[in-house]
Amino acid sequence: MGGIAMSEVDYADVQGLVRFGYGHLTSASYALVRVKDVAAAKAWLRAAPVTSALEQKPPPKTASNIAFTAPGLEALGIPDSVIAGFSHEFRGGMAEQSRARQLGDVGDNAPSNWAWGSYGSEPHAVVMFFGEPNQFDSFVQTTKGSSWSDAFEDVTWLGTSNLDGNEPFGFADGISQPQIDWEQQRQTPVTQLQYTNITALGEFLLGYRNEYGKFTDWPLLEPDAASEGLLSAEDAPGKKDLGRNGTYLVMRQLEQDVRNFWQFLYQQTGGNLPEAAQLGAKMVGRTQEGAPLVPIQDESISGIDPKSAQQNQFTYESDPVGARCPFGAHIRRANPRNSDFPEQCLGALRKLIIMLGFGPKGFYDDLTSSVRFHRILRRGREYGSELSPEEALQQAPPNESPRGLHFICLNANISRQFEFLQNAWIMNTKFSGLTGESDPLLGNRESIPGCPDTSAFTMPKDASLRRRVSGLRQFVTVRGGAYFFLPSLRALRYFAGAANS
Amino acid sequence: MSLLPELWALLSCTYKHFAPTALAEFCTNQPVTAMTPQSNFMVLAPIIPERETELWRLLDSMNLGPGQVDPNNALLPFAEFHPLHFARFVILDDKTTEDIRVYGLAPRQYPLYLAFLGDVDGDANAFLSKLVERAGEGLARIFSCCEGFSADTDLLTWMKQRHAPAIAAYVNWRGRAVRQIREEAALYDALQNYIEQNAAAFQGLPPRELHEKLRSFVNAEKSAGRLTLSNESPTPIGWQIRNVLHMIGMPLLVLIVSPLLILLAPFYIIALRRLEKTDPEVCPSVDQKHSENLSRIEDHDVTNQFSAMGSLKPGLVRLLTTVGVLKAVNYGARHFTRPGRLGRIRSIHFARWVFVAGTERMIFCSNYDGSVESYMDDFINKTGFGLNASFSNGIGYPRTNWLVRDGCIDERNYKEYLRRHTLPTQVWYKAYPGMTAADLERHTRIRLGLEILSMTDEQAREWVALL
Repeated sequence: MGGIAMSEVDYADVQGLVRFGYGHLTSASYALVRVKDVAAAKAWLRAAPVTSALEQKPPPKTASNIAFTAPGLEALGIPDSVIAGFSHEFRGGMAEQSRARQLGDVGDNAPSNWAWGSYGSEPHAVVMFFGEPNQFDSFVQTTKGSSWSDAFEDVTWLGTSNLDGNEPFGFADGISQPQIDWEQQRQTPVTQLQYTNITALGEFLLGYRNEYGKFTDWPLLEPDAASEGLLSAEDAPGKKDLGRNGTYLVMRQLEQDVRNFWQFLYQQTGGNLPEAAQLGAKMVGRTQEGAPLVPIQDESISGIDPKSAQQNQFTYESDPVGARCPFGAHIRRANPRNSDFPEQCLGALRKLIIMLGFGPKGFYDDLTSSVRFHRILRRGREYGSELSPEEALQQAPPNESPRGLHFICLNANISRQFEFLQNAWIMNTKFSGLTGESDPLLGNRESIPGCPDTSAFTMPKDASLRRRVSGLRQFVTVRGGAYFFLPSLRALRYFAGAANS
Repeated sequence: MSLLPELWALLSCTYKHFAPTALAEFCTNQPVTAMTPQSNFMVLAPIIPERETELWRLLDSMNLGPGQVDPNNALLPFAEFHPLHFARFVILDDKTTEDIRVYGLAPRQYPLYLAFLGDVDGDANAFLSKLVERAGEGLARIFSCCEGFSADTDLLTWMKQRHAPAIAAYVNWRGRAVRQIREEAALYDALQNYIEQNAAAFQGLPPRELHEKLRSFVNAEKSAGRLTLSNESPTPIGWQIRNVLHMIGMPLLVLIVSPLLILLAPFYIIALRRLEKTDPEVCPSVDQKHSENLSRIEDHDVTNQFSAMGSLKPGLVRLLTTVGVLKAVNYGARHFTRPGRLGRIRSIHFARWVFVAGTERMIFCSNYDGSVESYMDDFINKTGFGLNASFSNGIGYPRTNWLVRDGCIDERNYKEYLRRHTLPTQVWYKAYPGMTAADLERHTRIRLGLEILSMTDEQAREWVALL
């Protein structure tokens, strides 16, 4: 497994967003569009200045990336046989009814209530613009050029705002990311005994080995004139590789009711703001400043940059009962920081005993799936204005503009990564032996058969009864979403029909 | 009888860091002198081709919506049958029979079968009698769409004659009856309400004191008739005898034939290794429509049904391997699994493997918690070896190595394989919606903890953490 000589990544073929978050480019907009005129759209795409993942010195002052939905590929005239090579979830779309149910997009979150992306009216593509504030507007205008409005019909333009590294509730965000093994040096083990933050390249980019040491499903083509510019597939002789150096991009507009959130915390703590902030920290799993609730460990963790050790060098091994960081806290649900096995340093006999089910006997032992198969690369940005907790306690002015997160994540396998995370961990009312509660921030609080109430939040204690807060409100509402394919630059040229022109 | 679990416990104790705590020990090593063993049934009958549409319509009429049964439906009001844990009707419309062409063999024309299966407390035949007594009319309407059923057929005899026994079966918690599940759930709810009302007073209480208070509360509730925690009826003697005979008989049989097995082993290994290297994989991407049809009936409850069907690879070696592995799985599941666990997996309520009319095709049915994606991942990551051993004898399974290695690690092909072999289940009933196997285990542990009169601090801490 792993360790097989792999070709180096051709960064010039990868869109920049996979490698860079473009954090220094503090202005950003996402244009969601539908194809109006195929020829004009293709012409625009051929000329589009798409930023690659090549490292630039000095860093670029502007950047743009493009991704397509399945209906978008269809609108560009890509044959069905080619689209059939993409994953089931990409082809089905985020708003498909069964999928919406699995993702917790029911009730107020239901696609029928979305501002964009509902079933049948999906955007065809997203064009992401990033730039330094003083150059941003002109960059967008220049990039759009004169043919934009002939080529595309705007579904919506999603603006973003720079909240200095905080998300709208006021907590530091984007602290923890998997470290991608770009050099493909790590041997992916059959059993990973310790939590590691290094993740196989194939988890985030198609055409490379994933955490199983295998390839994730990706589209290949029969060679013809149109596919001439594509790479030859390494694993399938004679085929052209449409997927390699591309990946899937998940986008969700998450509206955050900041006032509701802080008012709820304030009420629960009897009108004590510092205590409200503590309760909020329990829900998030970090303080507002970003400090984790469990102690930083002395030993380093592979794949965690020493620079971020103070915020990231920890696992929950020191907190097996969740007394410091509750099992249900947002960051513990989203990344349980576990390994493949409930114990480390095993002898063969002990390993066998555990595999046969005679390992740890405690109720909470070994209940959570191994995290390394469920990592995502987050690339989202906030929108709306900042609102401090103090301000949030005030009544909203009339017609207040909304706040939230344009959640974006990249993953090679939507169902095993984003969907698993959302379904089995974030929205799951039964996560890690809990019951009657979903993610304290993202939960939809909808009842499920047999469980009328899912609005609790439990904070276990070391040697006494847990504290349980009930009646959590819906603080986050989904306003739109779609699955996109972020193609390699070669695949983008194929979509744009460069070979035919 | 308890020698092996004891031995395991001893082995686990040698690792101090994860030494089993006293409460967990208490909860997972319960004596089996008083319990209601579970059993299962599966009625398997070919459908009369002209009646297929009608059968579909009848089965559909039992549902409120896709994947959501009406537990009180007119044809078979499942909810009225208290010993029933799970039940399903599934039309065995296996679309993969053509796969055998990869061996140069012509596919056989099989009749289309209807399977009706369930997991019950106590004796399955006794249950079927009750079923016929109270829902005979509805069942007769359904089975009249099958071959060999006419107006004057004795329904019970007809069903028994079509019983398809499981070659291997798994029960999450042997002896835990539906009644116990309901009583324990009610206990949990009562405790939660009581705690909610006294939250301030209970905060910070030492665990032993809290345990004592809650124990008094439960006793008072029981005396007042508001809570029932029935004592288990004694384990049926007949079952106990059969169980012991099975436990001793199987190894004895293996021992007796072992000289022969040792003699044949080298030939078997050579043959199996050769097959492993040459058996073709058949794992094409599943049809999008099939995938969406399956999704439509999934994730309506925290538990899902799973029905999968396929043909065995041709030849005696594969057949013997299948039988051997599944007999071993069955033996292990019956005598050695720790309650609540199948290997490291804690999300399966009931599961079974059944041969479908002969030895060419098999069906696997299970009831598991969470989404199908998490189910498949759990299997790959936690019990890949068992999965490979039991499923790799099916045509097209991703290539294994020494029967237990590789195989499902080829995640992409394995998931396509599994999804492709999955059958839509037309009707599926679960007696306790909203409850996962972990929920049931939590409730049972709480109940068992209440039976301890005086807890140690450690036991009490662990018990309070369950609340």
